[in-house]
Amino acid sequence: MVTDEENRAKGALKKAAKFGEDIDLDEYDEGSRELSTSGSFEDLSKDTQRTMLDTGIMPTAQGKSGNFLLMDNTVVHSATMGTGVELMPLSQAMKVHDWLKDYVWKAVQPDTDKYTAETYLEKADGYFIRALPGAKVQLPVQTCLLLKNRNTKQFVHNVLIAEEGSEFEVVTGCATSKGVEKGLHMGISEFFLKKDSKLTFTMIHNWSEFIGVRPRTIVQMDEGAAYINNYVALKPVKTIQMYPTANMNGKNGVCRFSSVAVAHPGSVMDLGSRAILNAPGCRAELISRTITTGGTVIARGQLIGNAPGIKAHLECKGLILNDKGVQIAIPELEARVPDVEMTHEAAVGKIAQDQVEYLMSRGLSEEEAVGMIVRGFLDVGIRGIPEHLKAEIDKTLQETDVRGM
Amino acid sequence: MLEIKNLTVEVGGKEILHDLSLSVKAGYTTVLFGPNGSGKSTLLMTIMGFSEYKVKNGSILLNGEDITHMPVNERAKRGIGMMMQRPPNLTGVRLKDLVRIAGKGEVDPAVLAEGLDMTRFLERDVNVGFSGGEIKRSEILQLEAQKPCLLLLDEPESGVDMVSIEKLGLKVHDILQGQSHCAGWREKSGKAALIITHTGQILDYVEGDRGYVMCDGTVACSGNPRELLAEIRKMGYNECIRCKLKRPNVVENL
Ligand SMILES: Nc1ncnc2c1ncn2[C@@H]1O[C@H](COP(=O)(O)OP(=O)(O)OP(=O)(O)O)[C@@H](O)[C@H]1O
Ligand SMILES: [Mg+2]
Repeated sequence: MVTDEENRAKGALKKAAKFGEDIDLDEYDEGSRELSTSGSFEDLSKDTQRTMLDTGIMPTAQGKSGNFLLMDNTVVHSATMGTGVELMPLSQAMKVHDWLKDYVWKAVQPDTDKYTAETYLEKADGYFIRALPGAKVQLPVQTCLLLKNRNTKQFVHNVLIAEEGSEFEVVTGCATSKGVEKGLHMGISEFFLKKDSKLTFTMIHNWSEFIGVRPRTIVQMDEGAAYINNYVALKPVKTIQMYPTANMNGKNGVCRFSSVAVAHPGSVMDLGSRAILNAPGCRAELISRTITTGGTVIARGQLIGNAPGIKAHLECKGLILNDKGVQIAIPELEARVPDVEMTHEAAVGKIAQDQVEYLMSRGLSEEEAVGMIVRGFLDVGIRGIPEHLKAEIDKTLQETDVRGM
Repeated sequence: MLEIKNLTVEVGGKEILHDLSLSVKAGYTTVLFGPNGSGKSTLLMTIMGFSEYKVKNGSILLNGEDITHMPVNERAKRGIGMMMQRPPNLTGVRLKDLVRIAGKGEVDPAVLAEGLDMTRFLERDVNVGFSGGEIKRSEILQLEAQKPCLLLLDEPESGVDMVSIEKLGLKVHDILQGQSHCAGWREKSGKAALIITHTGQILDYVEGDRGYVMCDGTVACSGNPRELLAEIRKMGYNECIRCKLKRPNVVENL
């Protein structure tokens, strides 16, 4: 029996996304669903472990509540170590939890665009994470999505549920294995944050200059829920377009999106974040810090205020470090009731010479001075990041070539 | 040690310093007076080499070497260090990190900060939200790490409270008396300073050896700094004009 949903998805198979270059899905081969699996992160090859480490994923079960690894389209590893949290492949969760059908494809619409349509029709697998009611999960859950083979299209479908009063942290690292010179990632993520739950979600992208990336994320938030989203993309990518959206449907919800990104020569990054404040007392903050060393960055942000007594701020700041770089900041505020406080701040430009020279007057070379200012600029965007990830990100930042000139 | 000859400087397309000459001898503390807008800060910024300050004519020699068009960091390497009147905000750069780097990794920011009661500022972004007096103390903290041999201080005491002024004054004294590490500065000839002050309070901590009064972008007169200060107190800057008339090469600018 063909469902209505399926029909709609089929109809959307050629539907270009609203933003971003239109990618021809037929150019790619479907990723393997039959790669060999692994009993633990520790058993993975050294190469894979190194690739994971670069995205903030520790190749160990120690100190983690759960570990999940998807390579191409195979769930290579999935294990829950901690209590209060469930982690398994979505395909398995659908069998375990009958009620899950009320969540799957309920936040993201299959016919949004060709990427959601294909992911839907391919019945993509991904992670299912659930924090149990009232659980305060101390240790983070790690999930890692890797592109392993050339010319692969990876489709992923993740569902995350934070039950009432739960608190937890998820880290997602996305990367490409060395030598993969073409690839496409499509990732559907549907997050449900119940009353008074809190989720800190950090995503680190480390694709490569050959990879196209099209994540589609919707977060549904109930009363008093708090969602902290950190996004870090310091390495090259071919093209990425995403616009994760929080639907704040319950009173007094809080959400914060912080993004830092570097557009290297050849990279096109169309990055947005959106908060729709549908209930009184909700607060949202969207902050992005982007740099171009020669690539293109489009920093979008949208706040929609549909209820009284809300407060929201949007901030996009971009630095251009190279003549060929392009920065486009598109902040949007939309208020539909009078009693709202919504502000935005956008600035793009080159690094301030007086700051560079001030540091040079303390003995730093011009290059060191620029590096320090650029890192400081990005640092503001990652101050909310969990401590255990800071060291790794700082290291990447130190290594990031910000000369641009 | 520092020899400025016939310096003409433009800022934002406007000539601010005109045909200015002065010298700072090794081991000497030189004091710069002058009314608001007379070009004192402009002179210091030009000596440090900030690119907004364009030298149109004249030269700056440091230990005989022409540094007129040298990049800022090369001047820092040669021993010049500056306290700016209005340093820029460095969002995201922690004071702790800047102090460590200014000290080339050889100083402990925590120890230095303790001495200036600046411990709680170490984790803060440099100058962001600092009060006037806090900026001065943060600048001195950085200079203490940097250990320059020619200190350029732009109104070090202005805005600093009575307690901190003592700490700051003694620090300046220490920096001037401390060991010299800069190439080209012979140990025994000592370090030098060029200090801008309106009140002369800093002179309670470092003895001034020579003073200059600036007016309208050039040096109007020079002499013993205490005497100059006393004169300015008594007569205001009117005295400047009179000094100036004695200098034939600036008469046409009047
Ligand atoms: N970018 C600029 N464009 C135009 N005029 C400038 C610029 N920068 C400085 N000036 C002018 O140059 C003159 C000298 O300024 P400067 O800051 O050197 O004065 P100062 O002697 O240090 O004064 P104060 O005692 O108030 O600190 C002032 O009239 C100032 O307005
Ligand atoms: Mg001044």
